[in-house]
Amino acid sequence: MVAEERIDGRFGAYGGSYVPETLVAALEALAVGAQAALADDAFLATFAAELSSWAGRPTPMTRMHRLGESMGVELWLKREDLAHTGAHKINNAIGQALLAKRMGARQVIAETGAGQHGVASAAACARLGLPCRVYMGAVDVERQAPNVQRMRLFGAEVVAVSGGDATLRAAIDEALRDWVSDPQASYYLLGSAVGPHPYPWLVRELQAVIGRESREQIMQQAGRLPDLVVACVGGGSNAIGMFHPFVGDQTVELVGVEAGGKGPGLGEHGASLCAGKPGVLHGTYSYLLQDADGQVQETHSVSAGLDYPAVGPEHAMLLDSGRARYLQASDAEALAALEDLCAMEGILPALESAHAIAAVRKLAVERPGAMVLVNCSGRGDKDLGILAAQSQAAAS
Amino acid sequence: MKESLMGAAAITAALRRREAAGPGLIPFLTGCFPDPQRFADLLPKISACAEVLEIGIPFSDPMADGLSIQRSSQIALENGASLARILACLSAARDSLSCPIVLMSYYNPLLAYGLEELVRDASAAGVCGFIVPDLPLEECAQFGELLAAGDLALIQLVTPVTPDSRIDRLAAASSGFLYAVTMTGTTGKKLQVDQVTAYLDRLRGHTDLPVCAGFGIQERAQVELLRGHADAVIVGSALIDVILRGDDPLLFLRSLREAKELG
Repeated sequence: MVAEERIDGRFGAYGGSYVPETLVAALEALAVGAQAALADDAFLATFAAELSSWAGRPTPMTRMHRLGESMGVELWLKREDLAHTGAHKINNAIGQALLAKRMGARQVIAETGAGQHGVASAAACARLGLPCRVYMGAVDVERQAPNVQRMRLFGAEVVAVSGGDATLRAAIDEALRDWVSDPQASYYLLGSAVGPHPYPWLVRELQAVIGRESREQIMQQAGRLPDLVVACVGGGSNAIGMFHPFVGDQTVELVGVEAGGKGPGLGEHGASLCAGKPGVLHGTYSYLLQDADGQVQETHSVSAGLDYPAVGPEHAMLLDSGRARYLQASDAEALAALEDLCAMEGILPALESAHAIAAVRKLAVERPGAMVLVNCSGRGDKDLGILAAQSQAAAS
Repeated sequence: MKESLMGAAAITAALRRREAAGPGLIPFLTGCFPDPQRFADLLPKISACAEVLEIGIPFSDPMADGLSIQRSSQIALENGASLARILACLSAARDSLSCPIVLMSYYNPLLAYGLEELVRDASAAGVCGFIVPDLPLEECAQFGELLAAGDLALIQLVTPVTPDSRIDRLAAASSGFLYAVTMTGTTGKKLQVDQVTAYLDRLRGHTDLPVCAGFGIQERAQVELLRGHADAVIVGSALIDVILRGDDPLLFLRSLREAKELG
């Protein structure tokens, strides 16, 4: 699956490995171990078996008749919301947990934003008998309480991080500090296609199952490739997993959707590709929301999973090359799209995924009648508390 | 700075001069901490207790640092710290500083400043070298070349988990001194000195540069145990803690240097 590709940790000018010396040997070992595992048929067979028998793959692809008609497009949804633990995160979590086990790690550490990666990691570690510690921003612990409870049921230790912005970015800072203290015995199970090499490559490879299945399913069910493939982008793992198998299909337009939050002001959104400039955060060179002095900026999104000031380096490359383009959907647009999908199709998407659906309304104006494939990266049960608070605020 | 030597050579010479008297002192002070005025007041006084002075450029996401330095960075940023402002402070203080200055910064503030402009402005401010904890050997070619052209040091770090073959490459790429991180983990935890002397001695076999030990050094007894093993000790979190507590940083630094001053 990767044998032909030269893996040097760079995506054009982006990527790399900007980490303290203490982590260099551990990351080199991880790169070697990951490349060997992904070239090993036995490992790939185990991974595939776990994906199908435990994680519920392949996930379906569903035609959205009513919502599509209301938008004036032929709309298809890739149903990562139906994957075990409720989001695409499980693909990466079980893949990396298998890798951690294969490499002899004694414990797994992970960070989480919305809690979906934390839940997926906790579940995968329970499945494989690995101790798991999850760092989560204190703000996110508050707004994603059901996921905290699920992680604890799966036996994970959840550490609330109150430093920094107390969201995903602070959780990654703290997970990295933990890893720096014991890089040889701990496996850092990073949840998105961000961070130092080999993570952006490794996470993409493990998530590319989304795009491979989608490509096959749309050919079978619709008889041709879609005109547009749309996915939400926080760190960017569901999007890169979806996009990657379509990159060579020049007729397929790839569209990533970032968190437009409350507006275009610094600190009001999470749109690093649309509004940031290149810089280094969490070990990788990519687009970054920062001030003129290079200080990383606070972000805002109604969805915890998109509340991150940087983005995976492969997306930075796809933006610069023009192969993909990136739009924003605001909090309000995402909430409206979520309600539409609920009301017209009986599907409650995650607030993250609702950003991708929201963008289809704009894209439909440019491309009426187009065939649009949207990755529904997760389900929205975790967001019920936020939705209740939003409707209360709207009513008062 | 009163030295006639510049850049990497000035750093090495300052550390060599101390040789017979036991490990020298490299205090770490976060730039513009607690605020620009008090930082400017502290600079000459702390430099008088130091072989080399390390100034930290505050960053919003200091992933290699423990709580003390995180906190000092946050306070400094809230009080208006920036790389440009710190360079201006250093430039203004230049004639009153009695030791070479090195800057410690995460890479992003340097990139945002512009690497070429930075080398020019740092050199003009009397800075002798840089320590960049998230810029490993594989990524440092561009900045390293610019620094070398400006006769400024790029000080490389080695750790207890760095393999021997890599230590050779890091030592060869380092200038000024070799920074021996004494333990895995972030700054600010207390070091068990007896566990690192063999590691420090091993580093001598890899380099002729001064070897300076950092991370976890808090008291005179540790410094004394490092005599003959490290050319200098880097003291960061403990010094920041003293300032955060409102105690006298100079008294603390002198206590590290002179046994007789221990109460």
